[in-house]
Amino acid sequence: MLKIENLHARVEGREILKGLSLSVSAGEVHAIMGPNGAGKSTLGNVLSGRDGYEVTAGTVTYNGIDLLSLAPEARAAAGVFLAFQYPVEIPGVNNTYFLRAALNAQRKVRGESELDSMQFLKLVREKLKVMQISDELLHRAVNAGFSGGEKKRNEIFQMAVLQPQLAILDETDSGLDIDALKQVAQGVNALRSPERSFLMITHYQRLLDYVVPDFVHVLADGRIVESGDKSLALKLEEHGYVGIGESYPAGATA
Amino acid sequence: MSSTSTETKATRRDNAEVVEALGRSYAAGFVTDIETDYLPPGLSEDIVRQLSALKREPSWMTEWRLGAYRHWLTMPKPDWAKLKIDPIDYQAISYYAAPKAKPKSLAEVDPALLETYEKLGIPLHERAALAGVAVDAVFDSVSVGTTFRKQLAEAGVLFCSMSEAIREYPELVQKYLGSVVPTGDNFFAALNSAVFSDGSFVFIPKGVRCPMELSTYFRINAQNTGQFERTLIVAEEGSHVSYLEGCTAPKRDENQLHAAVVELVALEKAQIKYSTVQNWYPGDENGVGGIYNFVTKRGDCRGDDSKISWTQVETGSAITWKYPSVILRGDRSVGEFHSVALTHHFQQADTGTKMIHLGKDTKSKIVAKGISAGRSSNSYRGLVKMGKGAEGARNYTQCDSLLIGKRCGAHTFPYMEVKNPSAIVEHEATTSKISDDQMFYCRSRGIREEDAVSMIVDGFCKQVFKELPMEFAVEAKKLLEVSLEGAVG
Repeated sequence: MLKIENLHARVEGREILKGLSLSVSAGEVHAIMGPNGAGKSTLGNVLSGRDGYEVTAGTVTYNGIDLLSLAPEARAAAGVFLAFQYPVEIPGVNNTYFLRAALNAQRKVRGESELDSMQFLKLVREKLKVMQISDELLHRAVNAGFSGGEKKRNEIFQMAVLQPQLAILDETDSGLDIDALKQVAQGVNALRSPERSFLMITHYQRLLDYVVPDFVHVLADGRIVESGDKSLALKLEEHGYVGIGESYPAGATA
Repeated sequence: MSSTSTETKATRRDNAEVVEALGRSYAAGFVTDIETDYLPPGLSEDIVRQLSALKREPSWMTEWRLGAYRHWLTMPKPDWAKLKIDPIDYQAISYYAAPKAKPKSLAEVDPALLETYEKLGIPLHERAALAGVAVDAVFDSVSVGTTFRKQLAEAGVLFCSMSEAIREYPELVQKYLGSVVPTGDNFFAALNSAVFSDGSFVFIPKGVRCPMELSTYFRINAQNTGQFERTLIVAEEGSHVSYLEGCTAPKRDENQLHAAVVELVALEKAQIKYSTVQNWYPGDENGVGGIYNFVTKRGDCRGDDSKISWTQVETGSAITWKYPSVILRGDRSVGEFHSVALTHHFQQADTGTKMIHLGKDTKSKIVAKGISAGRSSNSYRGLVKMGKGAEGARNYTQCDSLLIGKRCGAHTFPYMEVKNPSAIVEHEATTSKISDDQMFYCRSRGIREEDAVSMIVDGFCKQVFKELPMEFAVEAKKLLEVSLEGAVG
């Protein structure tokens, strides 16, 4: 589904990704772990097409298409979703209205019929139940005045409604207390399916106790330096990231 | 005129056409081909007399106009606003333009005119007026038709053109005209008093709740003319009225002057709600052409417990100079001002309000939202005055500015004068930008750039839009979308 090959990317003239390669098949959950500054968030932003991230080499193929050639909104319509590390507030814009506009914009691009308010409301009610989110969130402006936990849950709720094929979760666990973390994890687990793949970017292994990944990769100094299963995460928890980047010479790939 | 300047003008027109073909368009920019009577350009006592005679006005009205004209001659042009205005040649303007065929009733209105209003979405055919809004349509200098007059008359409501009111209800006009905005109030009000050609007159008698929304639709069509309309709304004790005003003009390379005066009088326990969607031609993206909108709007809460609220959405005009105000004379009277002013390209707006608290326990609320894009300049200027007798009066002001792009400007000039120690004045102001983060957030969810901008702007304006009558709110939202086309990217 997703094939990243030798990806190099720069932010403000500084090279952050230095030859990253990664393959994700349908239905798989991959965790990307690594120390601060390794390029984890850069990877999420490059994949979803944020301005200011310059790809200097490498390719990203998503379902056979060149993902990097698409505008952010086209990537969304093609089924790529980024759950933001810092969800953005849009004052005065109703959460439900926003989400319906997003879903219908995507459906339109895909040549599907747009949902009217009744159909949309029905869909939203279903998803609310699964996510255990209160109605009240729907009536507020997008992320405005939300607590940290509410913002992250709202991201997962948006994901549930938009039903992407590739979901990138950028440090969705950061800043959450244990109860909020469990709720978010439960939401993610409910969305796991044979067609949907996840890229979970995280600093800590604790999220992986609740959302068990198929693969764990260590990202250090702009490259994947080690890959393994869940046990790799536990090993990192024990020994930390110290020394990881250094033990792998430049140019090595996982 | 030399041939060079004609060429430049032609080139500008070509450019305008190219831009239009590329998609950005001012939908109301067409010209109606209709035979028009003009007064020759220029302003003098003679012209004022001719105008008054053309309108078959009584002599008191002619004298009133002449008084205003003489006063105007002595007044300096206001220059305190944050506006760059090219000098206006008042002798080059024609002060009266009217369609030649004078209709006696709506059935006789020139089909070309009816078509104009159809194109603009204003139903002048009563049978087509599904929304149940009574409309007075002012085309250039004269009113061309007022709908639903019979139904309104049954409720005791008078709604007609100002010209008719002067002839048919002289006592009412004499009693109230100029009682809120005196002829010598300011430069443009004095000019308007001398040469106003038409406008709307509304009178709601004691205890009557006006059975439908009233609306006036102003259209400038003729070239090289100014539009000077005068609106007077009087709400007697305990009456209610909601009044809507809309404006458009064709695209022209010359600037055209619009200097209106609106006066509102609310007696005891009366309520007037006045909403405006102003979409005068703003000029093109190079700042060529557009309407100069220099308007004096003022309401007088003359009676105790009365209420006047202004709601305005301003997207048009090359230059806007406008401060709808409320004089809170009656005890416990309430004044409100809700405004969205949007400027794009080279538009300039200096707009705001004045709340003059004179009575006890009076309250006012100001919510002003300014949106600037392109190279435009958008200023809020507001005065809150608490007089000596304004015991326990309160004001709350909220001013928010939203900037789109890097070359526009937003300014806030709040003035406060408090002469009563028990009065409370609150002012909050914010300035924000549509951030790259907001844009990316929307786009990453599948929403296109332009849709994201209108969504964010709409959210920013929500507080004001909810004050507008339903259909106007929809129109206002669309207008903002059109006005912001090409604002990003």
